[in-house]
Amino acid sequence: MTDVAIRVRGFSQFFGAVQKLNALDLDVRRNEILGIIGPARSGKSTFLCALNRLNDLVRGSRVEGTITIDGRDIYEPDVDVIELRRKLGMVFATPVPLPRSIFENVAFGARMAGLKGRARLDAVVRDSLERGGLWEEVKDRLETSGLKLSGGQQQRLCLARILAVKPEYILLDEPTSGLDPISTMKIEDSLRKLKKDYTIILVTNNTKQAARVADRTAFFLNGGLVEAGPTADIFTAPQDKRTDDYLRGRFG
Amino acid sequence: MKRLGPRVEQKVAQAGLWTMTLVTVGVLLFIIFFILRRGLPVLSLEFLTANPADMGKSGGIFSTIVGTVALSFLAILIAAPLGVGTAIYLTEYTWGGPLTRVIRFGAECLAGIPSIIFGLFGFILFVTKLKFGWSILSGGLTMAFMLLPTIIRTSEEAIKSVPPAYRTVSFSLGSTKWQTVTRVVLPSALPGIVTGIVLSVGRSIGETAATIFTAGSALRMPTSIFSSTRPMSVHFYILAREGISMSNAYGTAAVLIIAILGINILTYYLMNRFIRKYS
Repeated sequence: MTDVAIRVRGFSQFFGAVQKLNALDLDVRRNEILGIIGPARSGKSTFLCALNRLNDLVRGSRVEGTITIDGRDIYEPDVDVIELRRKLGMVFATPVPLPRSIFENVAFGARMAGLKGRARLDAVVRDSLERGGLWEEVKDRLETSGLKLSGGQQQRLCLARILAVKPEYILLDEPTSGLDPISTMKIEDSLRKLKKDYTIILVTNNTKQAARVADRTAFFLNGGLVEAGPTADIFTAPQDKRTDDYLRGRFG
Repeated sequence: MKRLGPRVEQKVAQAGLWTMTLVTVGVLLFIIFFILRRGLPVLSLEFLTANPADMGKSGGIFSTIVGTVALSFLAILIAAPLGVGTAIYLTEYTWGGPLTRVIRFGAECLAGIPSIIFGLFGFILFVTKLKFGWSILSGGLTMAFMLLPTIIRTSEEAIKSVPPAYRTVSFSLGSTKWQTVTRVVLPSALPGIVTGIVLSVGRSIGETAATIFTAGSALRMPTSIFSSTRPMSVHFYILAREGISMSNAYGTAAVLIIAILGINILTYYLMNRFIRKYS
């Protein structure tokens, strides 16, 4: 039996009167890369932000249904949202280094979690940058501003920054949409290595990217799930005509 | 009327804007030059360190410098935390509902009230009702209320200009609201906040009407915050108004202007270093 890490059942997300997700049913398995594809405004990003409850920050946010992560319904009132967000690290479409040094960017989350002591922070920063595939490029200039890095390096910095918080899940929201092919390849390489230790959900506008790195792929449309399955099946023999149409570029 | 060609239009516009800038800078330079030319010859170490004698006709202005510093310091000490705190609350802790709009509107209205009205208010509340008398305390409190709207407004603008993505990133990394505000938002907003506070310091140093009602105009050296005092601005006003000594009045004015310029230049220097370090 496969180990289901995240179980989504009948989940809907509303902002005021607007419904962005519609009765989703979806399982995410441990240590897999789940690719989520779909046209713009299909609810892919909203889904990611429902998993770490970043949607809570939006006025009028309301949910129905359940999301169970490691056996716990994360929308129960006694859930520690701070702990939840540490457990599910998120990389955004636009790399957003904070206006501070490379070192301080990576150390930020760990510091907020209460980690102290130069030696321990040094170790965490180094380990995270190595896992994020950026260490070799920045090891001699950790004190320079994170804003001085190139776009691709900034995105790997953001990846390293969440690894420093010791998450179990990595959520990526179109992480390579603004990057060149070589930077994209570096991120994808990092993800393949990381799935050994993490469960990864990769939202992407680029269906080829899902085909390259995702173990399973889910197709979202208008806030609902059309189908999900092994990536090879989705791309070669989709069950739903809409999936086929999207993959052939007939819309989206 | 025949329309001008775009090239001529551009030249006319450029000349017009250039003239406006020149007039603005010109007026500023003229005031500074005018005051300094009459005031600088009066300045000496003696003028700065001796207490006024004979109603200010002779002697220096030391006690009025102390009065100015004490009043401004107290006013900023009260107004800065209150104002910045209010701005943080308004921008970070509310959804921008009707209450927020009422508070913001109130603060803006407060900014438009003439300082002499604040003086009258301070006189009634602090000097007579609360029996603080004419004192640094009454003057400082009054001035603090006068400065609040500016500090709230400038801090709010500074906080709002921090990219929303910084907050999202901070939250997504498991920070609390307070950590996000203190470690991410405030450091990024600090240059703007400090600029607002410095403008307020300048304004408090020059404020006359509000203090004359509340801090009095005693020339002797203040000994506590319950002492009445006469800041430089009031000293200048009395010297000139009563015709006691025009040269000492200009001397006082010169010190005022130099102090305000000095504070501004120093702050922008420090701010630039800060910005370079953190971006």
